[in-house]
Amino acid sequence: MTALVYVLAVIVGLAAGAVGVGGMLGIGMTWRLPALLPLGGVSLVLDPLAGVFLALVGFAAVPASLYALGDTRRTPRGRVAYLLFVGAMAVVPLAANALTFLLAWELMSLASYVLVMHDRESREAIRAGWVYAVMTHAGVVCLVVGMLLLGTWTGSFEVGAWRAAALAPGARNLVWTLLALGFAVKAGVIPLHVWLPLAHPAAPSHVSALMSGVMIKLGVYGLIRISLDWLGDGPAWWGTAILLAGAVSAVVGVLSAIVDRDLKRVLAFSSIENMGIILIGLGAGVLYHAAGLPALAVLGLTAALYHAVNHAAFKTLLFLGAGAVVHATGTRDMDALGGLIKRMPWTTACFLTGAVAIAALPPLNGFVSEWLTFQALLQNLLIERPGVNLVFALGIAALALTGGLAVACFVRVFGISFLAVPRSDASARAHETEVPPRLAMTMLAVACLALGLGATAVAPALARVGSELIGVVGSLALGDALTLDVSGNFASLSVPVVAVALTLAGLGIVGGLAITGRGRVRRYETWSCGRMLQTPRMEYTATAFANPFKRVFHFFYRPVEQIDIAAHPASRLFVQRIEYANPTRSLFDDWLYRPLLDSVHRSVRVVRVLQSGSANLYLAYILLALLVMLVFA
Amino acid sequence: MLRQLRAALRAGVVTEPGVATESAPLEVVGARLREEIHRRFKRSLHIRQVDAGSCNGCELEISGLTGPHYDFERFGLHLVASPRHADCLLVTGPVTLNMAEPLRRTWEATPDPKFVIAVGDCGRDGGIFRGSYAVVGGVSSVVPVDAIIAGCPPSPAALLAGLLAAIGRRP
Amino acid sequence: MIADLVGAVVQLALVSLGSPLLIGVVRTLKARLVGRRGPSPWQPYADLRKLLGKERVVSTTTSWIFAVTPTILAATMLVSALIVPLVISRPALGFAGNVIVLMYLFLIGTFFLALAGLDAGSAFGGMGGSREVAVAALAEPTIVLAVFALAMRAGTINLGGVVERVSTDPWVALAPGHLLAFAAFFIVMLAETGRLPVDNPATHLELTMIHEAMVLEYSGPDLALIEWAAAMKLFLFMSLLANLFFPWGVPTHASVTTLAVGAIVLAAKLAVLAGLLAVMETGVAKLRLFRVPELLAGSFALALLSVTSMFLLR
Repeated sequence: MTALVYVLAVIVGLAAGAVGVGGMLGIGMTWRLPALLPLGGVSLVLDPLAGVFLALVGFAAVPASLYALGDTRRTPRGRVAYLLFVGAMAVVPLAANALTFLLAWELMSLASYVLVMHDRESREAIRAGWVYAVMTHAGVVCLVVGMLLLGTWTGSFEVGAWRAAALAPGARNLVWTLLALGFAVKAGVIPLHVWLPLAHPAAPSHVSALMSGVMIKLGVYGLIRISLDWLGDGPAWWGTAILLAGAVSAVVGVLSAIVDRDLKRVLAFSSIENMGIILIGLGAGVLYHAAGLPALAVLGLTAALYHAVNHAAFKTLLFLGAGAVVHATGTRDMDALGGLIKRMPWTTACFLTGAVAIAALPPLNGFVSEWLTFQALLQNLLIERPGVNLVFALGIAALALTGGLAVACFVRVFGISFLAVPRSDASARAHETEVPPRLAMTMLAVACLALGLGATAVAPALARVGSELIGVVGSLALGDALTLDVSGNFASLSVPVVAVALTLAGLGIVGGLAITGRGRVRRYETWSCGRMLQTPRMEYTATAFANPFKRVFHFFYRPVEQIDIAAHPASRLFVQRIEYANPTRSLFDDWLYRPLLDSVHRSVRVVRVLQSGSANLYLAYILLALLVMLVFA
Repeated sequence: MLRQLRAALRAGVVTEPGVATESAPLEVVGARLREEIHRRFKRSLHIRQVDAGSCNGCELEISGLTGPHYDFERFGLHLVASPRHADCLLVTGPVTLNMAEPLRRTWEATPDPKFVIAVGDCGRDGGIFRGSYAVVGGVSSVVPVDAIIAGCPPSPAALLAGLLAAIGRRP
Repeated sequence: MIADLVGAVVQLALVSLGSPLLIGVVRTLKARLVGRRGPSPWQPYADLRKLLGKERVVSTTTSWIFAVTPTILAATMLVSALIVPLVISRPALGFAGNVIVLMYLFLIGTFFLALAGLDAGSAFGGMGGSREVAVAALAEPTIVLAVFALAMRAGTINLGGVVERVSTDPWVALAPGHLLAFAAFFIVMLAETGRLPVDNPATHLELTMIHEAMVLEYSGPDLALIEWAAAMKLFLFMSLLANLFFPWGVPTHASVTTLAVGAIVLAAKLAVLAGLLAVMETGVAKLRLFRVPELLAGSFALALLSVTSMFLLR
């Protein structure tokens, strides 16, 4: 039964993916069921942009469901919710009126909420679910109000009518702000991200994979729609806001990822980072659009879409890999892992592929989209406004810093979790996962490679989607089959050539060594200055690895040192146990959410005075209310 | 920075041109020292120094080699941080009980071809510590020694002459 | 076509065979500056030859990551050698990548070297890896901004284009924005190639190491590859500095004579830069590890200033 559900999910995923690719290539479709719901009924439209995101949902759902198939004994709960989740995500990009959109959106949120709460015994999951529900619904409120306002002012709840309507600038800005806030919550934009690092690790791994890989992308989908499509041509500050939000999210996301010890939470923070990178590209696109440079706007949008696709591939892969690790070892704490490369070689190879891809190293896919984002940013001189140029310069610096920190982050994640010797018995007893999860991870690893090497096929396809959306006549030239050429001669990149050159150079070196080197290898213990006992406790830990970053960015982390020394009762000179912890504190919790919650609590306490619990008093209230009504009536 | 540079330029090179060869600073123990080591390490020898319980007298003299006066790097000699990078172990001290095992491990950790030079009277046979309950006595009782540079401590000139003799290089 | 091929071969040969000499020259110069006679400039070749003939001692805890890292590292440098304009403005693979590709190629090496450091399971390797990636990450924004400053002038970010654009107007190289970018890039080069004051290439104390700590476990031919790759990285970074910021005399089309001229010009520029590096390294002390970010922040400020000056002075 369980297996059947996931097989069904695989089929749904494949179908959605195929339809999505069709839409991307220009097959338009419209379904209308006006009778089904009030306020315009169900209305679905397939256009190229919707196609991209539909394909994303479909093709990510296939490996995630495959993974779950090998996992059925472990996660019996949440089958129906999972199907609803995948289905709702597939409907969101197609929705073409307010009601359809909001219903699909809410269904997606509720289904994922149920999945986050799958482990009802765990306090962590309950807290995660609670924060997720509150934040998501704060976002939904923004969306509902925004869409109702839009519907009232334009007189229609159909997307087509919104495009045609000419709103007053003030109204448009208000609607954009409301909708952008709603979508930003879903996209995990800093500082609205607090639910994400809680909810993603709490969910089962195949659900985390879909949440991080696809669901948060739908927030980006919404931002693209409102900034470039539904609300017509916007002012430049929309782009500035998106770009800066992206820059902050990217840097803060990766900084948070780099110090966390929880394998899945690191991946969740890294999702925030990657959403930031996507938004940097999108923001650049919107800014160019506002400045009347459609070709560059398409370039920025292409970079954003490309990174969205790439992130779906490698983040789904990494979450599935992390799921395999958690299943094999029973822990998510990196300081208890290690040595998995010898126990889970297949998972390790796939996870490494994902790590190299997300660290944006050539020739894998993450590099191509980051490169495109860079090229989009670097041409900002064509906008002749120093203020805007400075925003771009900061975006460039943030992107570069993020790239460097992402390398550091994934060296840490992979190196600590998979290499050297196990740090715990659980890790030492780890075993390779079953066949379906391995198949799922391999599919995604191949996708990472293909999206990198096939850049000259993918980028123009996405650029066509972008130009269709923005309305640029004629498609954008992006070089030939071998080389990506950006904006004429501004920059060029040939991933296959780099890949082939790297391979040839590597082979040349191996061959050269085979001729000159003696090649004798002797195995001996690790050099540790002649120390007698080399134990796993002497390995570098995830905490230690993060220390330089904690010190450099101490103003952000504000780490607390906690040392607990237990001495022997006879003398304090005989130390029996030392415990050291160096936790960081969240700026956003301390300075934003804590004061906010405190003020809510304070005001609630004031209101509580009215609630005495005495029936007489409540009768008095009713009397008072009646009197007031009589007076005013 | 500029003042320092000016001083350096004014002083010029202060390295002694030749090496005062003292009488027989190097006692060759192993037979294989000559040909193979001369062939391989004549132009480049990386040394890992191991203190196996020395009084640090020898270390003081060894560190003199790296200074401008003796400057042993001009002969392609170089001190390295890891035995993995080394060709030669320069062992000082009478080898205390606690240092015997680390010394053996260091020797194992050094890639072949490699050789060992025992430095100082202690390194040769335990020196004044010979017979003590706390020492093994002499480097050769733990790892195979190929050559000995005796002295208590050997002077930098003797050390340099010995090292050069070991790799078959004329001063 | 033939000339292009010859150009590629010359570039490869220069980087792969010439880089140990560059390291040797810097070492000899540094020795002379502190009053030592110093090793011969050819010493690195002897070291490499000797290492190739030795056995490898590999830790029992390591995996295939440790084994493939030296090859990956050296391969990225060889590919970079075909992208950086050394003796010709548009080298064979110049079309395949620009500075950003180059930076990420270098990051591949950093990524795998740091992993290899962790792979052995000793504290030294992890410590070196952690520091190396920290320095690399903090250097990244400066590199990209400095390059952005150049690209703004040239209207392209392909290295060949930048070189040709500045060649047509040699005095651009002395514009303030240009010089600021050069200074920023120079500091980053010190950090990226592990030179003083960021990292001491001659240190023996594990606790102060960055690059050395990661490679403590390597021996024999593997170590030779890593040392060779480090030399190539220095060569490439210095050539980038020389040819991007002062592209005087870099030929724009390939023929036997232009390639020869290009090689001689490059050698002269590298000699000047090697002298500058030696003087720098003699004159400054190594910074405490946690002061390094301040230095890199300074270089970032220079790069940002350079970019801003170009916004305002366009």
